[in-house]
Amino acid sequence: MDYSQFLYMHEELSLLVVILLLFLADLLFCKDSRRGGVYNTPLPVVLLGVMTIFNALPIAEISFEALGGMYHHTPMDTIVKTTLNIGTLVTFLMAHKWLARPENLVKQGEFYIVTLFTLLGMYLMIGSGHFLMFFIGLELASLPMAALVCFDKYRYESAEAAAKYILLALFSSALLLYGVSLIYAATGTLYFDQIGLANTPSWLMLCGLSLFLGGMGFKISLVPFHLWTADTYEGAPTVVTGYLSVVSKGSAAFVLLLVLAKAFTIGGIKVDWQIALFWVIIASITLANLFAIRQSNLKRFMAYSAISQAGYLVLGVMGGTEPAADGTAQGMTAMVFYLLVYLAANMGAFAVINVVEQNSGKLGIKDYNGLYQTNPRLAFLMTLCLFSLAGIPPFAGFFSKFFIFMAAFNAGFKVLVFIALVNTIISLYYYLLIVKAMYISESDQPIASFRSDGYTRAALAICIAGVLLLGVAGWVYNYLTEVGVQSL
Amino acid sequence: MIQTEYFLIVSAVMMFAGVFGFFTRRSTLAILLSIELMLNATDLNFAVVNRMLYPVGHEGYFFTLFSIAISAAESAVAIAIMINIYRQLKDTSADKLSKLKW
Repeated sequence: MDYSQFLYMHEELSLLVVILLLFLADLLFCKDSRRGGVYNTPLPVVLLGVMTIFNALPIAEISFEALGGMYHHTPMDTIVKTTLNIGTLVTFLMAHKWLARPENLVKQGEFYIVTLFTLLGMYLMIGSGHFLMFFIGLELASLPMAALVCFDKYRYESAEAAAKYILLALFSSALLLYGVSLIYAATGTLYFDQIGLANTPSWLMLCGLSLFLGGMGFKISLVPFHLWTADTYEGAPTVVTGYLSVVSKGSAAFVLLLVLAKAFTIGGIKVDWQIALFWVIIASITLANLFAIRQSNLKRFMAYSAISQAGYLVLGVMGGTEPAADGTAQGMTAMVFYLLVYLAANMGAFAVINVVEQNSGKLGIKDYNGLYQTNPRLAFLMTLCLFSLAGIPPFAGFFSKFFIFMAAFNAGFKVLVFIALVNTIISLYYYLLIVKAMYISESDQPIASFRSDGYTRAALAICIAGVLLLGVAGWVYNYLTEVGVQSL
Repeated sequence: MIQTEYFLIVSAVMMFAGVFGFFTRRSTLAILLSIELMLNATDLNFAVVNRMLYPVGHEGYFFTLFSIAISAAESAVAIAIMINIYRQLKDTSADKLSKLKW
């Protein structure tokens, strides 16, 4: 056996090293009386930051496979993994004050380690070249996530959210597995590239594909499979909700693109999943927008906003799993750029929601009335993030939406792009409702002004830098295009 | 020699019994049982396809093994969550999980 192939998997292995180091630090150096020192936030953030830089700098300019084709790696994977790492870093920074609560003091170690295990699962999913590896990654990403959702052990909502999450997660992964078994029956292999070669349209294959799409639709929370989303997002601790809405969703969307590109593009089956995704995207964007308008709880509101953003993300899948006319991987590039921008804006919004909740315990949209009078800076940062989510020009959200529309338009989905455009305008309405609450509406009891802690400030600084700079700095998209070409 | 179709019919019946149970059962533990039934149906499917249709290689068998291990882990996490709910509600009926809605 050639052990040097493990060098190719250095991203997964270095993440495992980080997990083990944190585990040892938790075991040996963190007595319960000394919690809240170095272990709450500085140590995990430094370790994860060093690992992110270590992995992101020497980007291998080649694609390769290890473990006999079970593990694939392309340069674009490194970019996505780095993006997910940044999202996790921001989550850790946001979590500081929440983890410093007395009931969470003894559980700090669990939070970091369980979160990093879900991240490892997403890495495996992204790197998979075989359905077994994909399935292990999927479960490793979703089982610890249920534990994170019910992290507030003495709050009933948290447990209920976790119950809804895990029952539907198990149901959808069972359906997905059944689909995979039908695909295996139709083609006789579980390797993505061999499925691609053996792929002839048949009813068996179609059933397998649609069950597979259903399972992935659950993970990305697209509309017919979105019923868990709002409940789980509302009940989960706010920090976990942020993680769930960005890192978990983004990785699943990217994996959907990879699997569809590797296994289901050759042969006549491409048209079938394009028709399915066409309707799913329209339903996700439109219905989620309509439901978002009538929400009164900010976390539920963000859940519906996240469903509609997921629709835009999957628009990137439509945009192209094959090279575009000019030889660039336009769909993939636009999707990764959208993910990057969505991460900055959504994480920023959740950082504000979290810090307000930790300091005042308020989550309703009405509670935000008059926030500008008491906490002008937080209100301003929240406005920037919401504008970016809505796609207003100077901010990054406009450019990411533009690129993803362009990719889908060039792939020939003109009606779809038109419907998505109309929905952008609807979404502008409900994002502005929050801005109106913060700036214009009067309130008798506004949220008292408070100073947010240093870690939240750092998280907000990262997110706002992303919102403001990603759109203006054109080299980011150009760089992604280059990497995309190498990853084809 | 038993034909392949009969095995597949058994697994399909198991699968849809599980789906039916998932939607109609009121106790969360019974829902969990239905999900186990669905997972077992897929395990059967993999083993049968490997044995009957593609006897070269062991991909299906290995998938079954991993799937069994993972479904055990799944039910462990799910039951832990149910216990947490039972401690607070003294009940595990799915109808009672209704605080978060709309």
